[in-house]
Amino acid sequence: MIATAPTQRSPAQLAATALTLRQRLVSTSAAAKIPHLGSCLSCVELLVQLYWQELHLDPANPEDPERDRFLLSKGHGAPILFQVLAERGFFPLERLEDFGKAGSVFHEHPPKPGYIPGIEAATGSLGHGLPMALGMALAARIQQRPSRCYALLSDGECNEGSIWEAALLAASQKVHTLTAIIDFNKWQATGRSQEVMALDPLAAKWEAFGWHAQEIDGHDFAAIGQALAAARAENERPSVIVAHTVKGKGVSFMEDDNNWHYRTPNPQELAAALAELETV
Amino acid sequence: MRDSFAREMTALAAQRSDVTLLSGDIGNRMFDRFKEVAPARFFNCGIAEANMMSLAAGMALSGLRPVIYTITPFTTTRCLEQIRVGVAYHQAPVVIVGTGSGLSYAELGPTHHSLEDMAILRTLPGLNVVAPADSAELVAQLREALNAPNPTYMRIGKKGEPALHGQDARLGIGKANLLREGSDLLVVGVGPILGEALQAAEALAPTGISVAVASLGGVKPLDGPFLAAMAERFPHWLSLEEHGITGGLGSALLEWLADRDGPAIRLRRLGVPDAFLHELGNQAYTRRQLGLDAEGLAQTIRRAIEERPQ
Ligand SMILES: Cc1ncc(C[n+]2csc(CCOP(=O)(O)OP(=O)(O)O)c2C)c(N)n1
Ligand SMILES: [Mg+2]
Repeated sequence: MIATAPTQRSPAQLAATALTLRQRLVSTSAAAKIPHLGSCLSCVELLVQLYWQELHLDPANPEDPERDRFLLSKGHGAPILFQVLAERGFFPLERLEDFGKAGSVFHEHPPKPGYIPGIEAATGSLGHGLPMALGMALAARIQQRPSRCYALLSDGECNEGSIWEAALLAASQKVHTLTAIIDFNKWQATGRSQEVMALDPLAAKWEAFGWHAQEIDGHDFAAIGQALAAARAENERPSVIVAHTVKGKGVSFMEDDNNWHYRTPNPQELAAALAELETV
Repeated sequence: MRDSFAREMTALAAQRSDVTLLSGDIGNRMFDRFKEVAPARFFNCGIAEANMMSLAAGMALSGLRPVIYTITPFTTTRCLEQIRVGVAYHQAPVVIVGTGSGLSYAELGPTHHSLEDMAILRTLPGLNVVAPADSAELVAQLREALNAPNPTYMRIGKKGEPALHGQDARLGIGKANLLREGSDLLVVGVGPILGEALQAAEALAPTGISVAVASLGGVKPLDGPFLAAMAERFPHWLSLEEHGITGGLGSALLEWLADRDGPAIRLRRLGVPDAFLHELGNQAYTRRQLGLDAEGLAQTIRRAIEERPQ
């Protein structure tokens, strides 16, 4: 038996959802002064495609043992994951009014499971999510559950040895139910990800590690959907989707400007961002 | 404290050619001046802390004086094996700096809290474990660490920590100072949280409670002669650290007290309870919740004095 199938939305509906999420994200981050806006904006399409078209999840029954598992390995993207989970119905949107407030569980990173429905693991220290997703995929195999496991990584996160250790084991164990998606936005915290470490050629590295690798435009719903379908069809190797993205995507003055890894919008910038996000 | 660290590193790099600075993709723009002064001796090692630690050991074993800088959990527990073997066992004189230590990044959650680092690292033979209370102490300890034959771990705050030490303080590794005189009770602590203790002492003074506040500078080595002198004067101590209650300064002091001959001391440990924190807020909020802000400390001190056997 397969846990609740994903919703089926038209590309226009998905785009509308992405826009709504970007608006809420920018407003909430401005109000709560939570950073990593650029990091969140680069993975909106990836998350929307996953949560509305791909993952077998039931927001009313978030602990269904048969569910697919999604881990935000790049845990500092939590602000957008919280928006996604609320919009998908895991908890009422009003709960995000507490975002960043003293005493709240909604802050910069996802807490451990049990505090926010839909969160599978506490991440925020980079390099943990993929190995944990691998463990969950192996568990599903042993327990004979249909669950597929997904981890969303950042390009900077691919600096961590633990990512490549997981890559080696997943390939030797032929964990084809594991899909890693890399938000390849070309920036890490203090520099270009292709300069800090020799990441290039990223997809070829994964392929050399024994993975089924695909390279796509990470803002194109059709491309993301096709890549996820191809990953699903692969029945030997784990899959990686190297998604080329733009950090800060959707707000012209945030795009590819890594200051928005740290900054939050002032009132003028918020207004300008929302104006852009309304006229798309 | 971060800015003082960057400034001092730049000055040191200008003075000596053996100092290198390794950062784990952290400290955006902070080291621009260092990079101007010593472009070949700055390395952004990426988000790969284990590798960074071992390569620093390699540099140190080749005669350089590497300084590692990233967020505290990532420069300590993330790469503990590399510290234990490469740095401590080899006595490779690496200086490991953890920024945003304790609850500095309280709102970032348990992944970014460092409430175990001193406890864990002080078990490693030959590794100094220091926790400067302000920028002056940081600078003195950093200079000394770069001349020491053995490695040093230093946990620092973020920015805006007030200066707590006077002009005449003897600052360095294993050097304690009395920040405030008093007669009823001694607060003995490490790190910027001593600022809260000083405020508590100030607030209690008009009520007739006289609290002395000592800054130990770190947990290893301890300043034995200073502690012995304090033990002669104060029968009642409160230890204070922005760190878990298990294994840190309080525990180190209990061990020191247990192993010596001298007057009996009543020591009560103040710190973060043995639990991960989930309901988050900023550092000030979290200190308040835990009773580690000036007001909470004043209450604890008052109660300790009222309840003590006469
Ligand atoms: C182990 C670890 N080291 C360092 C950090 C601090 N940190 C947070 S985000 C980040 C880099 C961000 O770049 P990237 O990983 O590419 O993510 P993006 O924001 O671009 O999506 C760093 C170094 C961390 N969270 N975890
Ligand atoms: Mg990136």
